[in-house]
Amino acid sequence: MNEDKPEPGIRLTERQLRARRARSIAIAVSLGLLVILFYIVTLVKGPGVLHRPL
Amino acid sequence: MSVTLSHAEPSIAGVGDYIALMKPRVMSLVVFTAFVGLAIAPGHLHPVIAVTALICIAVGAGAAGALNMWYDADIDARMTRTQGRPVPAGRVTPGEALAFGITLAGFAVVTLGLLVNVVAGALLAATIAFYVLIYTMWLKRRTPQNIVIGGAAGALPPMIGWASVTGGFAVEPVLLFLIIFFWTPPHFWALSLYRAQDYARAGIPMLPVVSGEAETRRQILLYSLILAPLGASPWLLGYAGPLYGIVAVAGGAAIVALALRIHRNRAQASEKNAAASGAPRQTHAASKQMFAFSILYLFLLFAMLLVDRLAGPLFGQVGA
Repeated sequence: MNEDKPEPGIRLTERQLRARRARSIAIAVSLGLLVILFYIVTLVKGPGVLHRPL
Repeated sequence: MSVTLSHAEPSIAGVGDYIALMKPRVMSLVVFTAFVGLAIAPGHLHPVIAVTALICIAVGAGAAGALNMWYDADIDARMTRTQGRPVPAGRVTPGEALAFGITLAGFAVVTLGLLVNVVAGALLAATIAFYVLIYTMWLKRRTPQNIVIGGAAGALPPMIGWASVTGGFAVEPVLLFLIIFFWTPPHFWALSLYRAQDYARAGIPMLPVVSGEAETRRQILLYSLILAPLGASPWLLGYAGPLYGIVAVAGGAAIVALALRIHRNRAQASEKNAAASGAPRQTHAASKQMFAFSILYLFLLFAMLLVDRLAGPLFGQVGA
């Protein structure tokens, strides 16, 4: 077996890895804030959160 | 049999590039005008719901900006002012910008509709659609009236703010809409006067490129003459107090004075073709002043509406 053979697929550079990590954190924070926003609005509106006249 | 797969280059886009896609400076004006629309509307909105509405409007504006940058990447690359944007600079691929814009637009509209009210959500969706489909994709590359008609998208945020509170419309937010609508042409044509070569290189039919500088200067004056009384109309119609009236009349007079100055420079501008070396700089100085002051003028009008509404109860003003 040749242990020096590189793994198949794309190998990200350090810069690409850093950029991907930053984007992933930003997406996680955004989704977390969205969950918190819906939670707080539900508390504020109470049962009225289901009342949605057109 | 071996198959060679081609892979797109992995992205190097940072968080800052995605923020740039959202045109944060445009977004700040959108949020401010929407906030004023929301603050002067009759009725009460819980602060959490009000903040939610403003976040959704901001994200919706960002989505429209990202979709605009996706579609306009080719012409952005040809203009000095825009060639450093994330897509033409190669930091974000067009596909990424498109996906980002659609995702943001979807979240903003649905969240505003669910958490605030359906009318505000529908209005935000219409604003994004108008900016992207009507202005960016249809008008911008076809007619010198692009920013006149397309300006409606930028004029809608105060109405979204108002609808967030009331769930409907009234004369006041329509006045705010009209103020921004008639403010947009002199504002952008002042910019296009000293960026005409940029627009011509990109093939965008802005008024100075298609009809010449003289006609643009005339149109700036005409729109300014409509804008000045329109800016004062909330006071004239009794929706705002004298403090707003003073600022609106003074600001309107300054806008008309600047437009007259630009108009007077018409002769000098035409002489520049006859090699009058000092003229272009002088005429551009007036246009740059108009561009900068128009931003201040709009900001002051909306800020005074806000002050008038907050201070109104203290002084028993009409606009309270």
